[in-house]
Amino acid sequence: MRGSRTSPSRKTFVATAVDKCPTGIVGFDQISQGGLPRGRPALVCGGAGCGKTLFAMEFVVRGATRFKEPGAYVSFEENAAELTANARSLGFDLAGLMRRRMLAMDFVHIERSEIEETGSYDLDGLFVRLQYAMRSVNAKRVVLDTLEALFSGLSDTAVLRAELRRLFRWLKEQGVTALITAEKGEGSLTRYGIEEYVSDCVILLDHRLREQLSTRRLRVVKYRGSGHGTNEYPFIIDQQGISVLPITSVGLDHAATAARVSSGIRRLDDMLGGRGFFRGSSIMVSGTAGTGKTTLGCTFVNAACARGERCLYFAFEESPSQIVRNMRSVGVHLQRWVDRGVLKFHAARPTLYGLETHLSVMHRQIEEYRPAVVVVDPVTTVLTQGALNDVRSMLLRLMDFMKSRQITAYLISLSRNSEPIEHSDADISSLIDTWILVRDLESGGERNRGLYVLKSRGMAHSNQIREFVLGPRGIELLDVYLGPGGMLTGSARVMQESRDRAQAGASERQFARVQAQIAGKRTRLEAQVASLQHKIRIQDQLIDQLVLERRADELAGQVARRELAISRGVEVVPGKVRNRGDAS
Amino acid sequence: MKPASAASKSHRVRTASEPAWNLRLYIAGHTHKSVTAFENLKRICEQHLQGEYHIEIIDLIKQPQLAKGDQILAVPTLVRRLPQPIKKIIGDLSNTERVLVGLDLRPQGEG
Repeated sequence: MRGSRTSPSRKTFVATAVDKCPTGIVGFDQISQGGLPRGRPALVCGGAGCGKTLFAMEFVVRGATRFKEPGAYVSFEENAAELTANARSLGFDLAGLMRRRMLAMDFVHIERSEIEETGSYDLDGLFVRLQYAMRSVNAKRVVLDTLEALFSGLSDTAVLRAELRRLFRWLKEQGVTALITAEKGEGSLTRYGIEEYVSDCVILLDHRLREQLSTRRLRVVKYRGSGHGTNEYPFIIDQQGISVLPITSVGLDHAATAARVSSGIRRLDDMLGGRGFFRGSSIMVSGTAGTGKTTLGCTFVNAACARGERCLYFAFEESPSQIVRNMRSVGVHLQRWVDRGVLKFHAARPTLYGLETHLSVMHRQIEEYRPAVVVVDPVTTVLTQGALNDVRSMLLRLMDFMKSRQITAYLISLSRNSEPIEHSDADISSLIDTWILVRDLESGGERNRGLYVLKSRGMAHSNQIREFVLGPRGIELLDVYLGPGGMLTGSARVMQESRDRAQAGASERQFARVQAQIAGKRTRLEAQVASLQHKIRIQDQLIDQLVLERRADELAGQVARRELAISRGVEVVPGKVRNRGDAS
Repeated sequence: MKPASAASKSHRVRTASEPAWNLRLYIAGHTHKSVTAFENLKRICEQHLQGEYHIEIIDLIKQPQLAKGDQILAVPTLVRRLPQPIKKIIGDLSNTERVLVGLDLRPQGEG
């Protein structure tokens, strides 16, 4: 209210501060830093079917419903009944707004063939009608939907141009925020150069096709006295109207949390420092076809839902019921979470629309559902929709958006068999915090799955490959066989393990045998030792005997010699004899 | 411009029970253009439709809600309501030939 009164007098100070009139169009108010210039006319231009009318319509409807600003809608192309019908498909109740005197509509129809021109005239009739519509609801917002229709209805362009200039001046004097739509011209913003009258704010809408896929884009061409996003922003039109993908969330200022969330697989949590992923981080699972990526994702979703966290699952390859059915076969029951409202599937064929539209849709879904976990399965099919650079920047926006909301993003990436997995996703790997690879391990005539953590920012993580087995009770991670024969998985692992067991048994018996042999040998040796010792004792006894015998002989000799001497009368040395006698 | 002072009121220039020509002139206030248009219209009617016409003047400043019905955009606009079909001539009607063509009083292309 205040703004609409004061802005006309503020015209001279526009450079310093522009009062903004929020449009209520999702994303646009962020890009334009608040909306359209209040109390001044703005121009929205674009080709046929680009969404001009809807943009203008939403501006008026949101103004009436959300900002309590009544609006006047003057259409030059569609009558009130047609507009009402069109708006109803977007959930806008124009008839109701008109009843509540929040909206006035007028259909200005010009049929050139019915009109003859002679002499001078002016467009006071239009002014009168506009003023009448505005006054009837005390309008703060005015839309002139394709004002340029005047040029095809009236031939005196000199009069027209003068009148248009007067019209815009008059609109400013009325203090209304006006939105004028115009058709895009060849090499110019509008076919009849209306942009030269509306110099404050010009918005360009674009609807282009690339590879048969349409993408809508919005750009603020100029906005006098205000900063604004200068990029082309994709936007979508759906049941809730226009949604522009804002990028104000782009930045690296999101807070990082240390909180962890379980992957749903205990052994995978163990591999990730024992506690799983970081909350709000971006996780990518890469792998070739049939490596169990979706199952990994669903196991994570299952765990998150069990914790009571809301999950949003973007399925680009399978229908939700198919996913639910397939997961049931591995013991992951998702339907109960869908029923309880903690899990929501959003399925769409990747070729349904272009990349930007996909991302806008995802953006909107996330905004609406406010999940804690978002799964994109697979992100690669969406990525092929655009040029690599676009893809990267779009994905970056989405990731930043999710990070700013502390949403854990779980991206599933399908790699082609022909190229190394690490390469195929390299262009987006820098956006990824935790990157898990699931790959085929082919050997022994079968295919097995191996899982490893390629990177995981901010946590100690295992560098080991685990064998990844899908069974009726879900995912199991097994240690792979690491032995002299290299890394083995699957039946090869099982066989090797049993071989190992057999081998181990055999060597056990061998050991016992050898032990017994040695024991036998020892016993024999001990017996030998005993017999030798016996022999030694016998020898010792022999020696003793010999010594005794010899001594006996010596004694006998001495006796004999003494007797001989005695008998011969030879003096016997008494000592010697005595000694000898003593000794014996 | 005497009759225009009673704007939007019917001016039965000649009291015929049901004149064949029913004309409406839309104006927005008493501007130079509207005065000229009325004078031109009156002159042409007197010359070509004497006794067979009826002119109604509508001032949109006073009755803006009436602009919708005849899809008035430019003023002055002359609307031929009868005979059918409806014809519109915008401008101050200063080119008599064009007005006559517009009103089907003279076949197009002739003098």
